Amino acid sequence: MSKVNNRSRNIGEFISEDEDDMLICRCEEITKGEIRKAVHEGMYTITEIRRYLRCGMGLCQGQTCARLVKGIVAKELGISPGNLEPATSRVPMRPVEMKILGNEQRGC
Amino acid sequence: MLILENTAEVIIIGGGIIGCATAYYLAKKSISVIVLEGSECIGNAGSSRNGGGVRQSGRDPRELPMVMWGIKNLWPNLSEELGVDVEYTQKGNLRLGKTQAHLKMLQGLTDSAVKCGLDVKMINGDEVRKINPYLSSEVIGASWCPTDGHANPLTATLAYYKKARELGVQFITGETVIDLKKIKGKIRKVITQDNIYEGEKVLVASGYDSRDITATVGIDIPMQAIKMECLVTEAEPYMFDQMLGTAEADFYGHQTKHGSFVFGGSTGLEGYNKDNGKLVSSSLGASCTCRGIMRYFPALSDAKIVRAWAGYIDECADKIPVISSIEEVPGLYVACGFTGHGFGIAPAAAYNIAEMMSDGTPTVDMTAFRYDRFKAKL
Repeated sequence: MSKVNNRSRNIGEFISEDEDDMLICRCEEITKGEIRKAVHEGMYTITEIRRYLRCGMGLCQGQTCARLVKGIVAKELGISPGNLEPATSRVPMRPVEMKILGNEQRGC
Repeated sequence: MLILENTAEVIIIGGGIIGCATAYYLAKKSISVIVLEGSECIGNAGSSRNGGGVRQSGRDPRELPMVMWGIKNLWPNLSEELGVDVEYTQKGNLRLGKTQAHLKMLQGLTDSAVKCGLDVKMINGDEVRKINPYLSSEVIGASWCPTDGHANPLTATLAYYKKARELGVQFITGETVIDLKKIKGKIRKVITQDNIYEGEKVLVASGYDSRDITATVGIDIPMQAIKMECLVTEAEPYMFDQMLGTAEADFYGHQTKHGSFVFGGSTGLEGYNKDNGKLVSSSLGASCTCRGIMRYFPALSDAKIVRAWAGYIDECADKIPVISSIEEVPGLYVACGFTGHGFGIAPAAAYNIAEMMSDGTPTVDMTAFRYDRFKAKL
C-alpha cells in the first residue's frame, strides 16, 4: 500500500455524537469527542493524535486505550484500523525512579 | 486536474516546525503552498523530539537578533493566533555552573549577549536558589535571562500545521523527495517516488536530509546528524517555571504544564553511537541524564521516568543554521542545520523565510545564515 497520505482529502464534517463525552484515555482524561475532533483538525496518525492531545502519554503509556483510540481514528478517516500504524512503544517498560535508572552499580 | 493539484506557487520539502510555520506565514500572504513530508507524521523529527527551550541566552551572537525578535513579536501571541495551546511560558532561563571553568564559559556567553542588547546577567549560587530553591548547593552560579522560557514543541508544531491546513495549504505525508529539477535554469520540479510536484519556488527544510536533497542540484550544506536523547517523568507536583540548562550540557529541560519534567542530556559519546541509522534510545542515555539531573535536583531522585526517546540534530559546521536563497538555483531556498536549538527560533525563522520568499526583504537581517559562508581553513 502506498503511504502517500493527502491531508486535504475530504473526510466529511465533524458532527457531534452522544458518546463524545466518554473518557477514552483515563490517564490523561481525553474524551472520544476530543479525539474525533482532532482527526478533523488534520491529525491523521496515531502518533499525531498522541502528540496533539496527550492520550496514551500518561502513566500507562497507552497500554489501556491504544486499541480504542485506533478504532475511533480509523472510523473517522473511513479506513480499517489495520491501516493505522501504532505509536512507537518507548523505554522503560514500566515507570522507573531516577535513582534506580541512574544507578549502574552492581549489588546496590 | 491531476497536474493542477500537484502545482503551487511554493513547494516546501519537510513538514517539521520550519516547514509548517513557513507554510502558515506564506498562506497568510495568500500564496499557494504544498508541503511534502517524507515520514508518515507531521513534525516527526527534531520538531517533536526536542526539550522545548525558547531561549536567547547561551546562543551564538549571530542568532540573537532573529530569536530576540521572535520572542518579542511572535511567541507571546502564538497560542491565540494558532488556536492551540502551545504552552508558552516566559519565566526565565537559568544556565547553571558548578565549577569556576563553567562560570568562565557562562561569563563569555553573557558578555557577548549583553553586547547584542539582551537582558542577561551572571548571578551567584544563593541568587540562583532564590529563583529556584530546589537546586543543590553544588550550583555556584548561573547566567539568568528573565525573558527566556519554554513551550510545548509537539503542540506548537501541530498548531502551525493545523492553522496552515485551515488556510488551504496542502500537506502530503509519506512523500519522500528524491530529486529536484531545474527548467530553463530555475527551480521547478520536485520529484518523489510516485509523483512530480511543480512550484515557482521551493524551500528545502528537511533537517539533515536537506543535504541529500540539495545535492541533486549541486549544493552542499556541511552538516552531520548527531543522535541525542530525551526523557520525561510522570506528572509531579508543581515545582518551578524556569527553563534550565547547564554550562556543560549535562542536561537541559523544564517542568511542563501538565507536571511532567522533560529533560534532554548528552553522554559525551554522541556522534559515535552504533545506531545503524535507527533512531533508538541507547542503553547509556537515560541513565546518564538521570545522574546529571539528580546532582542538580536531589529532590527529583524519586520521580519516575515514563518515557525516553532519541532524535537527530542537524549539526551545521559552524553550529548555526543555513537560512538562505541559493544563487546558483534561482527560486530555491534552504532552511536547515539548526544544530539542536531550532525550536525556539523556528517561528522567527519561518516568518522571515516567508518574507524572503514573497517580498524579498526579511524583517531581520539574515546575511549571517547564508549558505555560501563555509570556507576551507587554508
